[in-house]
Amino acid sequence: MNKSLVSRLSGQKGWMLLSGFALIALVIVPIFNLSIPEGHPLHLSTYWVSLFGKIMCYAIVALAMDLVWGYTGILSLGHGVFFALGGYAMGMYLMRAIDPDGLPAFMVFLDWQSLPWFWQGTEHFLYALLLIVLAPGLLAFVFGFFAFRSRIKGVYFSIITQAMTLAAMLLFFRNETGFGGNNGFTGFTSILGHSITAPGTRVTLFALTALALIGALLLGRYIVTSKLGRVLMAIRDAESRVMFSGYNPLPYKLFIWTLSAVICAIAGALFVPQVGIINPGEMSPANSIEIAIWVAVGGRGTLVGPLIGAGLISGVKSWFTVSFPEYWLYVLGLIFILVTLYLPRGVVGLAEHLQKRTKTEAKA
Amino acid sequence: MFLRSVVLNRRPLSPTLSHEGRGRLGSAGIRSGGFMLRFFSWGSIRPALRLTLVLSGVLLASFTAQAKPDAGQLSALASDDNDRKIGALQQIAASAESDALPILEALQNDALYTVDAKRVLILHENGEATDALTGETLAALPDTAEGVMINNRVRNALTLTLAAIRLSSDNAGMRLAAIETLRNTPEPELLPLLERALLKETDARVKNRIEITRAMIQLQGEDKTVRLRAIRILGETSDPANKQLLEALPVSDAKSSAELRAAAQQAIRDINLRLARGEIMGEVFSGLSLGSILLLAALGLAVTYGLMGVINMAHGELIMIGAYATYVTQMLVRQYAPDWFDWYPLLALPASFLTAALVGILLERLVIRHLYGRPLETLLATWGISLMLIQAVRTIFGAQNVAVENPAWLSGGIEIYSNLILPYNRIAILVFAAFVLFAVVLLLTRSRMGLFVRAVTQNRPMARCMGVATARVDALTFGLGAGIAGLAGCALSQIGNVGPELGQGYIVDSFMVVVLGGVGQIAGTVYAALGLGVLSKFIEGYAGAVLAKIAILLMIIVFIQKRPQGIFALKGRFADA
Repeated sequence: MNKSLVSRLSGQKGWMLLSGFALIALVIVPIFNLSIPEGHPLHLSTYWVSLFGKIMCYAIVALAMDLVWGYTGILSLGHGVFFALGGYAMGMYLMRAIDPDGLPAFMVFLDWQSLPWFWQGTEHFLYALLLIVLAPGLLAFVFGFFAFRSRIKGVYFSIITQAMTLAAMLLFFRNETGFGGNNGFTGFTSILGHSITAPGTRVTLFALTALALIGALLLGRYIVTSKLGRVLMAIRDAESRVMFSGYNPLPYKLFIWTLSAVICAIAGALFVPQVGIINPGEMSPANSIEIAIWVAVGGRGTLVGPLIGAGLISGVKSWFTVSFPEYWLYVLGLIFILVTLYLPRGVVGLAEHLQKRTKTEAKA
Repeated sequence: MFLRSVVLNRRPLSPTLSHEGRGRLGSAGIRSGGFMLRFFSWGSIRPALRLTLVLSGVLLASFTAQAKPDAGQLSALASDDNDRKIGALQQIAASAESDALPILEALQNDALYTVDAKRVLILHENGEATDALTGETLAALPDTAEGVMINNRVRNALTLTLAAIRLSSDNAGMRLAAIETLRNTPEPELLPLLERALLKETDARVKNRIEITRAMIQLQGEDKTVRLRAIRILGETSDPANKQLLEALPVSDAKSSAELRAAAQQAIRDINLRLARGEIMGEVFSGLSLGSILLLAALGLAVTYGLMGVINMAHGELIMIGAYATYVTQMLVRQYAPDWFDWYPLLALPASFLTAALVGILLERLVIRHLYGRPLETLLATWGISLMLIQAVRTIFGAQNVAVENPAWLSGGIEIYSNLILPYNRIAILVFAAFVLFAVVLLLTRSRMGLFVRAVTQNRPMARCMGVATARVDALTFGLGAGIAGLAGCALSQIGNVGPELGQGYIVDSFMVVVLGGVGQIAGTVYAALGLGVLSKFIEGYAGAVLAKIAILLMIIVFIQKRPQGIFALKGRFADA
């Protein structure tokens, strides 16, 4: 079994890399952003802090996707729903924080007299945190239970998840649903009493996102190296044989599927205060399928791959959509095609391949 | 309902003046007396005398069938006083002479001019002008000519006058439009006009409408037998407006006997029944129509996914390409053969089939063939293709929707009940879907090519052993599926917007249809498409489009719990599907 650095993130080198990342994210970035005055060449502007924070959120999502797709072989085209639900749960708290006693502005606009039942209690931050985990978790559990129980898998499952995200998007687009219609939530002012635009809040959110990413990475590492991880990979490679060996795949799949959804939701909750908006567009099928391409580009079945993929694609995307907006879809489409045709194991696979070749050449 | 009330509030057209009209005429006459003095001083005549004058004018007008509006009427039309204009219009309407038509049409189109309020000129599109009285043609309008302005009240009266005149037109379509206009104002004054028109009428549809309008008026009359007949005629219609008239009847008239009342009740019941029937039939029809659209969109997928097992996420974009091919054909036909414009769909069908099939074959050869047996990768790669195709169409045609016009024979519809109109383009798509289905089934089951396709999908290595060129069959099968998607695009362009994102809306739905119907089964696809169409239209009636979509989705998920292989499962002993 290949336990090289890039795929497993283990051994001394792996820990050092992780510590280095933690040092940069938790110490260096805050210092460069807060302590070094603006205009100084070493100053890191809040724009970049937010951009990197956003990309780290995407990386967490990619990691969650990799757990179900790369390790268990379940391709979800609906992970955007869990991401957006987490974001909406956080957004509900942020909307209430604007004016804790009154109704959110869009409800006043719709002439509603009181809060709908599902908005009750969202002014409490802890309840909102609970909601971030429970709402998407419950949806994933119920959906996954019915889907896996009747052994829907492969492409069938992918298409049904895509239909799920489409339906959710349509539902959230309606004003009557009570989540601000197609404008969604925006105009946040404060989080836990701190101004949401203040550099201190931004850096704190950034650091929290980095911590969440590290946490997700360690959790993922723990799972895929455990016996549970072995069963998951066995399900990916030959589900029937797993069943013939006396395992029921349902609890395994359901566990990893729900966990993945919850990780996604946490990423969404961290995403919303940093970006300042959440709307149903996040649930569009195109967004969800883009998550899959992050994982594919980075390398499926590796823990570092999705992070690289998410960073790479989001970086290229933010550059392209500013510089050449009309060519971005060509590039993205081409990435989809080329990666599936020529890079089945992604960037990480390519790196491993090159590494191996230089080693054998060195031996010879 | 709202429209109806607005229409009823319109000023009645009447050869004799209604009471309300008289009052207004009088006060307006006094108000604008300064203007009137030039011609006739209304304000100086006592009201009773005024009425007599108007009535005699009308009677005179209706008995002396003049060839043209006389000078007095013309100057009244051209005057600044709107009440005089209406008066003149009423006189012209009573005589119902088609010679007045050009003048009135000019008035409606703001092409009527006057010189010193004496001479009345009609301006033609080529800049020439005709004297309305003498018929003399002028090369251009004199500089002193002023446009005759009309306000909404005059415009309404004008509309009714035009309708009254057009009722005696030679063109049945024009008569139909005229009676539809007149039906909105069932005033007793129309009765002689309608009786006259009824005698001459030969077209059954127009005749029916005139009879209904007459019945609407006669309903309010005194004669019991006439009223009973009117109730019977109205009871045979399916118009909610007639129902309202009948419902209002017993209350408004204390003299109406029990017999009248019973007849009215029966008529209302008949109308209600017809309305309910129309509603249900309408829902079934729009469900079938949606089903036929789903079928067209899913049929190509049933070939590429169902038979070949290729997940083609760019299927929707192939539909879009078919629609754009139709658009281009339409533009070309309009440019090079505008006389044949009505028949451009005949050219657009093969064009959209071939374009989409060509793109499909290209995709299969370049990308998809390398991914056989790896469905998830195929899914991602074809999604990438779909993104590129969308952007390519945006680059070529722009991000906005383009306009695809219906040919004349596809616009309009069959009216079965007043609340049930079956549009021709929907019917055409239903028929077309059936035709395409028939052709595909025939091709797959009866042709040599179909035999190869079935052989390759059932057992690829064995087929190759027998000498079938499997690669070629793959490309052609995929091309067939893509071409059917193109045909779907051609059909969709006739009922909806054509834009770069057209296909995105259909991809999830068509996969649902194929999955529900059972993979590898054309028959399953048909039942699933029609069933989903009708079901979602019925739910839409109760819950709205979005909730219907969600409900359908949940139903499919639940259904797959029971029958994971779809409605029609292929029998076999698979450990791994």
